Amino acid sequence: MAKRLLFLLPVLIFLVVAGYFLWGLGPERDPKNIPTVMIDKPTPSFDLAAVPGLDVPGLATADLAKGEVVMVNFFASWCVPCRAEHPFLTALTEETGVPLYGINHRDKPEDAAAWLAELGNPYTRIGADPGRAAVEWGVTGVPETFIVDGQGRIRYHHRGPLVPDVIERQVRPLLEELRS
Amino acid sequence: MIRRGLKPLLVVGALLFAGAAFAVEPDEMLDDPALEQRARDLSAEIRCVVCQNESIDSSNAEIARELRLLVRERLVAGDSDQQVLDYLVARYGDYVLLRPPMKPQTYLLWFGPFVVLLLGALGVFVYFRQLRAAPAQPPRLSAEEEARLARLLDEEDSGKE
Repeated sequence: MAKRLLFLLPVLIFLVVAGYFLWGLGPERDPKNIPTVMIDKPTPSFDLAAVPGLDVPGLATADLAKGEVVMVNFFASWCVPCRAEHPFLTALTEETGVPLYGINHRDKPEDAAAWLAELGNPYTRIGADPGRAAVEWGVTGVPETFIVDGQGRIRYHHRGPLVPDVIERQVRPLLEELRS
Repeated sequence: MIRRGLKPLLVVGALLFAGAAFAVEPDEMLDDPALEQRARDLSAEIRCVVCQNESIDSSNAEIARELRLLVRERLVAGDSDQQVLDYLVARYGDYVLLRPPMKPQTYLLWFGPFVVLLLGALGVFVYFRQLRAAPAQPPRLSAEEEARLARLLDEEDSGKE
């Protein structure tokens, strides 16, 4: 009997391997989803000057541990998904009152200013990042968004645009939890 | 025939070597050749995080350039190779390393193939041992069959004459 069961072994191995491949091909799995290691870490040290031509101050590490939950959003005027998420970000800050800080990644100041003039400026602080701040934050590309708690710890990291689905399922509940 | 076959080979060869072109630009390079070589070797181990499976040494992506510059800055500042890698892992996780580190979560990855090989060898060993323990001997003939065989042989002998 035991010997007979042994003949089932190849079938079993096949099923395991096939299952793994099926998982790999599944629509739920996106190999572009790069894991993040920033959660629960303190905000990295950085100090960015304001974008020339904009009337909002720059952004530094010290601005992020003032006892208030804030969102930090990496964006650029040349980034198309940033344009897509812009109205949702604006609505979110208006509805929740959570301050939104921007990090303007690899952008020309005049382009950034024109972009914000066209779409509106939901950011209360914007730092101009020539590139290094993104590395410090473990950012791979724009847009990416973080939620930082009052103690200056990163509590959430999202790569890609903040679309309504993500906002409703992840961002809003977390903001409510952190502020309660 | 051989000459005709050579042409596509040459094209393939040229394309292969074209792939080995490097993305490092002259303005990024360090003056110290030893340090620059260390930076190049290190860069080949670091994944350009947005290009799936390309090292920062061969990628033209903006972030790859930023990371190349960063690696050189750290080396100039006196970091060891391991410190540079640790710095990047702290920000991008193990994902940034093209060579997966050896740790409990990756044991299956590192040792899995050897385990499969061992299992196969064990299977072969058991199979051959069973063969030897029970050599394939045909069962002996029964008395009835013996008698029949003798009769048939007799018949054949007598038929010849």
